[in-house]
Amino acid sequence: MPVPAIELRNISKSFGSIAANKNINLTVNRGEILSILGENGSGKTTLMNMICGIYFPDHGQIFIDGKEVVIRSPRDSFEYKIGMIHQHFKLVDVFSAAENIILGMEDTGKYNLKKSIEQIKKISEEYGFDIDPNKKIYEMSVSEKQTVEIIKVLYRGADILILDEPTAVLTPQETDKLFTVLRKMKENGKSIIIITHKLHEVLSISDKVSVLRKGEYIGTLITKETNESQLTEMMVGKKISLDIDRSEPEGCEDRLVVENLNCTNSDGIKTLDSVSFTAKSGEILGIAGIAGSGQKELLESIAGLQKFDSGEIVYNNPKTGKADNLKGKTPLQIRELGVRLSFVPEDRLGMGLVGNMDITDNMMLRSYRKGKTAFLKRGAPKKLAEKVVSDLEVVTPGIGTPVRRLSGGNVQKILVGREIAFAPTVFMAAYPVRGLDINSSYLIYNLLNEQKENGVAVIFVGEDLDVLLELCDRIMVLSSGSVTGIVDAKNTTKEELGILMTKNSKGGYGDEQ
Amino acid sequence: MSNNTGKKAHEPLFHIIKRNGLPFWKSWLIRILSVIAALIVCGIVIVFVTGENPLEMYKTMFEGAFGTERRRWGLMQDLAMLLCVSLAVTPAFKMKFWNIGAEGQVLIGGLATAACMILFGEKLSPYILYPLMICSSIIAGAVWAVIPAFFKAKWNTNETLFTLMMNYIAIQILSYFSYIWSNPKGSGKIGIINASSSAGWLPYIGNNKYLFNILIVLALTIFMYIYLKYSKHGYELSVVGESENTARYIGINVKKVIIRTMLLSGAICGIAGLLLVAGANHTVSSNAADGRGFTAIMVSWLAKFNPIYMILTSLLLVFLDKGATEISTTFSLNDSFSEIITGIIIFFIIGSEFFINYKIKFREKEVITKPEVKEGNEQ
Amino acid sequence: MIVAFITRAIMQAIPLLYGSTGEIITEKSGHLNLGTAGVMYVGGICGVIGAFMYETHTSSFNSVLAVLVPLLASVLGSAIMGLIYAILTVTLRANQNVTGLALTTFGVGFGNFFGGSLIKLSGNTEIPSIALSNTSNAFRTTLPFADKLGVIGKLLFSYSFLAYAAIIIAFIATYYFNHTRSGLHLRAVGESPATADADGINVSAYKYGATIIGSVIAGLGGLYYVMDYANGVWSNDGFGDRGWLAIALVIFAIWRPNIGIIGSFVFGGLFIIHNYIPGLSMGAQEIFKMAPYVVTILVLIIVSTRKKRENLPPASLGLSYFREER
Repeated sequence: MPVPAIELRNISKSFGSIAANKNINLTVNRGEILSILGENGSGKTTLMNMICGIYFPDHGQIFIDGKEVVIRSPRDSFEYKIGMIHQHFKLVDVFSAAENIILGMEDTGKYNLKKSIEQIKKISEEYGFDIDPNKKIYEMSVSEKQTVEIIKVLYRGADILILDEPTAVLTPQETDKLFTVLRKMKENGKSIIIITHKLHEVLSISDKVSVLRKGEYIGTLITKETNESQLTEMMVGKKISLDIDRSEPEGCEDRLVVENLNCTNSDGIKTLDSVSFTAKSGEILGIAGIAGSGQKELLESIAGLQKFDSGEIVYNNPKTGKADNLKGKTPLQIRELGVRLSFVPEDRLGMGLVGNMDITDNMMLRSYRKGKTAFLKRGAPKKLAEKVVSDLEVVTPGIGTPVRRLSGGNVQKILVGREIAFAPTVFMAAYPVRGLDINSSYLIYNLLNEQKENGVAVIFVGEDLDVLLELCDRIMVLSSGSVTGIVDAKNTTKEELGILMTKNSKGGYGDEQ
Repeated sequence: MSNNTGKKAHEPLFHIIKRNGLPFWKSWLIRILSVIAALIVCGIVIVFVTGENPLEMYKTMFEGAFGTERRRWGLMQDLAMLLCVSLAVTPAFKMKFWNIGAEGQVLIGGLATAACMILFGEKLSPYILYPLMICSSIIAGAVWAVIPAFFKAKWNTNETLFTLMMNYIAIQILSYFSYIWSNPKGSGKIGIINASSSAGWLPYIGNNKYLFNILIVLALTIFMYIYLKYSKHGYELSVVGESENTARYIGINVKKVIIRTMLLSGAICGIAGLLLVAGANHTVSSNAADGRGFTAIMVSWLAKFNPIYMILTSLLLVFLDKGATEISTTFSLNDSFSEIITGIIIFFIIGSEFFINYKIKFREKEVITKPEVKEGNEQ
Repeated sequence: MIVAFITRAIMQAIPLLYGSTGEIITEKSGHLNLGTAGVMYVGGICGVIGAFMYETHTSSFNSVLAVLVPLLASVLGSAIMGLIYAILTVTLRANQNVTGLALTTFGVGFGNFFGGSLIKLSGNTEIPSIALSNTSNAFRTTLPFADKLGVIGKLLFSYSFLAYAAIIIAFIATYYFNHTRSGLHLRAVGESPATADADGINVSAYKYGATIIGSVIAGLGGLYYVMDYANGVWSNDGFGDRGWLAIALVIFAIWRPNIGIIGSFVFGGLFIIHNYIPGLSMGAQEIFKMAPYVVTILVLIIVSTRKKRENLPPASLGLSYFREER
């Protein structure tokens, strides 16, 4: 039995009362690729951050080449030849690739960029990277930036490489190229840990797979001896019954029709790829998918906050009977059309609420324009604040407390409460129960159901598949910006959703209705 | 924090974390303590520099600021002027627009007033002259402020540096007109405008030269308090300042708000120029604003952008200025002594904000350092 | 006449060059120090205090010491100013604009206060200034062969050592930013402190270092002004708004000290050109004095519309860095 390059024993880490990692065990040998598989919030990134010195574990031990080590800072991890390629690149935009690669190195000897460039070229040749060391980061595509990150790690002589969702931002061709590089590194005796959601990638690249679920270590399998359905089951777990009431949808009309929506972000990556669906009144449409599959862009496009390249968003107004196209409209113009659209965004304090304002003033965000005078009327928002606080059991010293001081769950309740009070016809919520305890979560589910019964078209972006299955009527699955399926929530399984979520969608949309 | 059994120093000795907010009284206690600490340090400086008894010095300062009726009116006038400029910059700061060009906006407003007085003072009837002066000063100030705002809204041009440069352009334009309209000719100074006719001078109320100004600024203070707290515009600019994303989310046109707010900011600076020229000095020169554009930033910031608190913070700064001037005459020191004292006190108040926003957390034992205790050690 | 113009323009340029080089170094670490005007005052007055102490306490006047004592005093004074700014903005994460303005208030006050006190001490009641002609002469020692070389000598070699030092420092700063590892790290701190931190660079240390060294260099501008440009005569407020002009020059130089050299000459020229254009009225001269500021605004606008990334201010300029911030 060879000595493992890196071994974790019983690693645990908590943030406040939430356990992010519980007794995790991992081993990776030289010349081996380990995949870490898990849903959002299963604790993969936290675990990796402990290996590279960003967090410090509460309990447990880390061994490098059989020796116990203490990793206190990123610098310590460099010394143990560990290199991490973060999901969000840490690069200085105005620097060239070479400058970024050597940044932070305290080499002895003279600063010699030319010599470094030579060395970078050597590494590039060895692994088949195609990169111009003098090119500035801001001129680079995402895959080039990722290459720079990888070279940076190799330049520092890392033997253990950790890649956090490296393929999330790549095209299939770029992914293939990356995998070729990783295989070469493996041949050279490097140890690689790769975090991913995509099962087919796990199967094609790794030697071993470790599965995490909700912070817990589920197990490690040899890739050759497993298959997609076994892995999916380990990843999503057994179905848990939640007993969420679900009424039959009634009086469904097509409320919001989205057709062929395409969207590209500032890096030139396609975030939405020909997305088409219909949200019906009196129904909850769930949106499932790995985080970052285009959920945010989709909701923001509908809300008028995101410019999209092409496609139509048509709103059928129940009052006038007219069909309004929302394309190219600002949020205010959408509202002026008479579209009552509520939106609970993902980052509540970054968008949707103002942290330094009190509850009343936050309630007023939607309604402050009311009235003809130049002055604000705080009466109604104050009443609403009181109502939301008591109805939704918000824990707060008073309605005059700045929202920033409340806990995450209470902040969420305030936002949801305000958006429902707006009497919407379309209600969109992104992860509305994230960070909420069980009781508050049920409170929100009931509110969503209430909206549905009132004939609102509800769009619910969720991460917990059990909730999606029990709460929603239909579930649309997004993967890398495109729709991999729209299924009936009553007749589907967790495994089916899991497979759709991790499917490489570029092949087409066979499952679309 | 849990104990890492069997391991040595893992985490740094202490680390700094953001506070979720302190109770109102506690944060003010910290600020007051910082002022006291600053006064003690100033006392030491005073003893070191002059060898005088610091208590005696503070008494003299008090005398200098409040000693006679004349001084009290002078103090009120300076307070009003500083407050007026502070009110002007406040909406911009609340929107996180760093307008450090108030100095120039005041000067241009003052110049516009002076121009009306010089060119039309003895030709037009007061019923036309006064409205003309008011309009032109407001427009001049607003135009001066909206130029950087336009570029900020359009291309995100750095407003701090832009507004700073606008100050100097205003000074040069003013110097130019100082020669054009110099009185006596060729002196390069405008001199008292309409000294004989008093045309365009703001009215004395009950023989008091400054009361009119003070009342106007009082009205502006109330206006600004209401504007920021109870008007839709004030609400919008707060949202823009706090989070541009949220502003977009609720459909606020961010560019429009930036330009509108700077128009207001500049307009009030214009009024400050009007009051200085027509209400107090009856002349205009390039140091008419007397650095108030910069001092106002500190006034507004120290008061947390609240117009009512700004009365107190501008009082503090004017008091320091007047008091220290008195010290310098009594103890035959230099006028600039007040600036040193002001600087030290502001350093302390700025520093104390840290202890309001952050707390220091030590390893293992959850000791939260009392900011009151830290205060004295910090400088 | 043209020779006189150029030499005067260069003498005007030197304090600005010191100020802008210092400010560029500070800004490269992500800190906009609006206190530069105050720092330059302190640099100047501390030099004056040093010289005054030396002139009054020495019996045998030694030129080397006469230069060294004020120089050290100036460096010390500006370093303390930089330290105050760094403590407040780096460690205590105070608002940079407010801190900078307070530092200017303090620095200008400090300069004028001690200037005024020394004037009193020197017993000169008629003209409110102090003249340190001996020290100034020591500072103004020029190369001996300058006079022999005619026009070229006058244009190139007629300045004092502090003038050449300013240019050399600007070149060194440029070299430092572009060709040293430490310079690379400093730029990374100003562009993206989080990245620098993740790469193991000590962000606070770089910020402190850049602020203090930047202040010291800016302070030398004040020293040059008093000892050389003003012939050792300190008069209150004599330094004027050169500190702010130095900040403007930073923008003009698009954060590059070597462009700052040319920029300072242009600014110096623009600053005095009104004296050399015949037939200008007093008023028109004032209009000409506007030129440096107008040019700066134009540069600022052009830079922001072109959006060429290398020419933009350091990305984190004006923002405090707090590691645990989301």
